[in-house]
Amino acid sequence: MAEKKSWLPRWFYQLASPRWCYEFMGRLLPWFGAGALLLLVAGTVWSLLYAPADYQQGNSFRIIYIHVPAAILAQSCYMLMAVAGAIGLIWKMKVADMVAKSCAPIGATIAVLALATGAIWGKPTWGAWWVWDARLTSMLVLLFLYLGVIALHSAMESDATASQATSVLALVGLVNIPIIKYSVEWWNTLHQPATFTLTEKPAMPTEMWLPLLVMVIGFYCFFAVSLMLRVRNEILRRERRASWVRTLLDKV
Amino acid sequence: MSFNSFSEFLAMGGHGLYVWLSYGIALAIVALNLIEPLMARKQLITDLVRRLRRESSN
Repeated sequence: MAEKKSWLPRWFYQLASPRWCYEFMGRLLPWFGAGALLLLVAGTVWSLLYAPADYQQGNSFRIIYIHVPAAILAQSCYMLMAVAGAIGLIWKMKVADMVAKSCAPIGATIAVLALATGAIWGKPTWGAWWVWDARLTSMLVLLFLYLGVIALHSAMESDATASQATSVLALVGLVNIPIIKYSVEWWNTLHQPATFTLTEKPAMPTEMWLPLLVMVIGFYCFFAVSLMLRVRNEILRRERRASWVRTLLDKV
Repeated sequence: MSFNSFSEFLAMGGHGLYVWLSYGIALAIVALNLIEPLMARKQLITDLVRRLRRESSN
């Protein structure tokens, strides 16, 4: 039989194999784990002890080193969830569905972290824990989208239909991401504009944004670890009847 | 180093409560997101092994 040449690269098909993904993630985990530990510990010490205090906000400024990475990660995680869901819808790729499902609980807790640190930072800076401002409200909508995805998934009996339904919800909710991003420009707001942009140098001095960059990368590594742990669990659960999982369990 | 003493470090210039609360919540949420899947994996493997033994004994 003549093999049809595909326009999709080989790794794309490998990603479709739960077994290959399980083993590949197992190999990646220690590296990302070490990276997350190193970057988060170094970033925390740097941001708490060595970064200078803000001349207006004093030491409450140090909350930025948690708040900004959490907010960036909550949005990236949502985009990954929607894209993985779309791949699952289009190519019927099981692993993509598992990634989408695993993103939801992580994203929800990280969105809570971004909102909580924002509220705690708002109190000494703005004098209020919460204001119904565009940035804060759209971030709250992001949290509700995550909770909606989790609830919808758990309400459905079959994994396949649950993934289809949550993928559609996640894709519709994707419209919220640019709203969060541009909320500080479209509406008058108390919230300060973005710290990092791709085109310009940060407005703050290097000794302030460098530890922030370390924390952002550290949070991404932590996210990769948490996501891979969850996806591997999901692969084991859904592939429990496959022979390779049985062989794996026999060794336990 | 931005602080001269440990008590100054804890006080965070009067913003100690806000700063430590933020970092505390962050630690809790990061830990939760690592411990929960690890415990779930342990539970899942126990369940699957039990099921496998039951099926093979029949």
